Amino acid sequence: MTLLLEVDHLTTRYVSARGTRVVEAVSDVSFRLEAGETLGVVGESGSGKTTLALSLMRLLPTAAHIEAGAIRFQGEDLLAKSETEMRRLRGKRIAMILQDPMASLNPLFTVGDQVAETLRAHEGIPRKTAWTRARQLFTAVKIPAPEARVREYPHQLSGGMRQRIVGAIAISCEPKLLIADEPTTSLDVTIQAQYLNLLRELQREHGLALIFITHNLGIVARMCDKVAVMYAGRLVEIGPVRRIFDAPAHPYTQALLESIPRLADSRARLTAIDGQPPDLAALPDGCAFHPRCTKVEDRCRREAPADVAVAEHHRARCWLAAR
Amino acid sequence: MTILEADNLIKHFPVKGGLFSGGGVVRAVDGVSFRIETGRTLGVVGESGCGKTTTAKVVLGLEAPTGGSLRFEGVDLHALDAEGRRRYRRSVQAVFQDPFASLNPRMRVGTIIIEPLVVHEQLARGEARERARRLLDVVGLPERSIDLFPHEFSGGQRQRIAIARALALEPRLIVLDEPVSALDVSIRAQILNLLRDLQARLGLAYLFITHDLAAVAYMSHTVAVMYLGKMVEVGPARAVATAPQHPYTKALFAAALPSHPDERRDEVTLAGEVPSPIAPPPGCRFHTRCPAVMDRCSREEPPLVHVTDRLVACHLYRATPGPGPGEPQQAVPRSLTFPSLTTGGNP
Repeated sequence: MTLLLEVDHLTTRYVSARGTRVVEAVSDVSFRLEAGETLGVVGESGSGKTTLALSLMRLLPTAAHIEAGAIRFQGEDLLAKSETEMRRLRGKRIAMILQDPMASLNPLFTVGDQVAETLRAHEGIPRKTAWTRARQLFTAVKIPAPEARVREYPHQLSGGMRQRIVGAIAISCEPKLLIADEPTTSLDVTIQAQYLNLLRELQREHGLALIFITHNLGIVARMCDKVAVMYAGRLVEIGPVRRIFDAPAHPYTQALLESIPRLADSRARLTAIDGQPPDLAALPDGCAFHPRCTKVEDRCRREAPADVAVAEHHRARCWLAAR
Repeated sequence: MTILEADNLIKHFPVKGGLFSGGGVVRAVDGVSFRIETGRTLGVVGESGCGKTTTAKVVLGLEAPTGGSLRFEGVDLHALDAEGRRRYRRSVQAVFQDPFASLNPRMRVGTIIIEPLVVHEQLARGEARERARRLLDVVGLPERSIDLFPHEFSGGQRQRIAIARALALEPRLIVLDEPVSALDVSIRAQILNLLRDLQARLGLAYLFITHDLAAVAYMSHTVAVMYLGKMVEVGPARAVATAPQHPYTKALFAAALPSHPDERRDEVTLAGEVPSPIAPPPGCRFHTRCPAVMDRCSREEPPLVHVTDRLVACHLYRATPGPGPGEPQQAVPRSLTFPSLTTGGNP
């Protein structure tokens, strides 16, 4: 195994225009990703998972800044790179797939053009060669009748096909890491299954490492080797996928797993998590989850728990896990 | 007791003819029959364009059906007078997907909840407020919520407000159109639990529309699976979810995401995508994508027939007489053989 990505104590803050409101959307997050590995980042809206993805790509909105920490990708410090260097890296060595394919594609260009554009920009190959490559990529992402499809516009394709085009663009330059932010949320169940299978295949063929940003634990169960659970900007638990599903250490992860209905569910009630996710601008003292935690102790209200090792490769931020 | 019975319900939308092409019709709902009983939940699942939301809209009276009939407590809706129709609208309420869009941002929560009461019952202000307070308590919101605005609540709390409003008129049936899809994962269980509690307490019937297969299996007594405007399988929720019969239902539930990394399902990957509802394939509508397709499927449309404990519309299965023992039959459509008035109906 070779280390591909190393994130160390990463902290990203949003600051309001007058500097009066500061929100720490990503707070002291650390993890490692090996080449070819799949990491699922789960969390609710506002947990900081998308900000984490944008921080890795250095595509943050102007109000957000990386305050502390380090991101090392293939041994290079991404935070030390200039904007020009980053632009060369994005789309080539790290690619990204977003939730809404209609928003990631330009409605005024044919989809073939858009796949070829990435190749021409990064690889500097002539137009004709790029188009030939584009057609091959259409076949790789299993688009039927690629010869005809390359000349079509995004609006002529279905949601599933559009997301395949976005996938084709993402893998066009053979990246080492693909960050997928809720890539199948807008797709139907059977189309989602097709797309997840496709991602798996591409991953195997190209030795891609994947980061799945999602709120859906089912996707994590199906796709990921490792899971990172985020809550209120913090990574509260990380570990191998089976370990997290079988023996979650953090009460939030436990509750989350319990709260989801299953296909053959005979429970009379689901285990609900009381209350709601906190406002990042007004976090409670101590552990951010303590007002909703069923196992809360005095200490949790006062002190934020440290990141402790529960087992090999399994870490959690909880006073209970620390024992 | 049956509250609502749909018989061969049809809803077609005309397609405006373009400059060069003639108009057609979108066969959004094309002959579906179902029954909803007191205190029970009928779950309708299917992918986008299958007609589940249109079915809900027809039930809510937001769309007039093109054909077929809806019977409320045994009376055909067409036969109802103005008073009867008012009673129907009171008895059938809805909770929609997006609680950010379904609550008026300029109204206080109390006003939102009592508005239906004011419209339908001409209640005095004080009395209406008292009712609102009770309803807030029923859905688990603090009393002071009554004077706040929707923006002061989270998604889950807003959905509680929407449920309180739906309950205000003491309905018998609530149409739940993706009620938890817009909510955070940790909040969904709260709302699903609340809906189940309310059903047990008030004897409410639900028509639960969703694409979330696990949620529908968990919440429903009966599940109906729709594909391109037709019901392809109707049966007891658990049985449909764990032992689907129709090839489409099999593929759908096989595509459902696992609840554990070791959970493996037989993969049934469907080729292609859902065909256009303007020109659905002849014969069985699923035959273009079906892994078990036979010659007959492209010619003959399979009727929805009893197969042991449920109804299945597929040539692979032979009809068995009546529902099997054990499971009570929730949705018993009549024979679908009579031709409809507005379309070709079944061949």
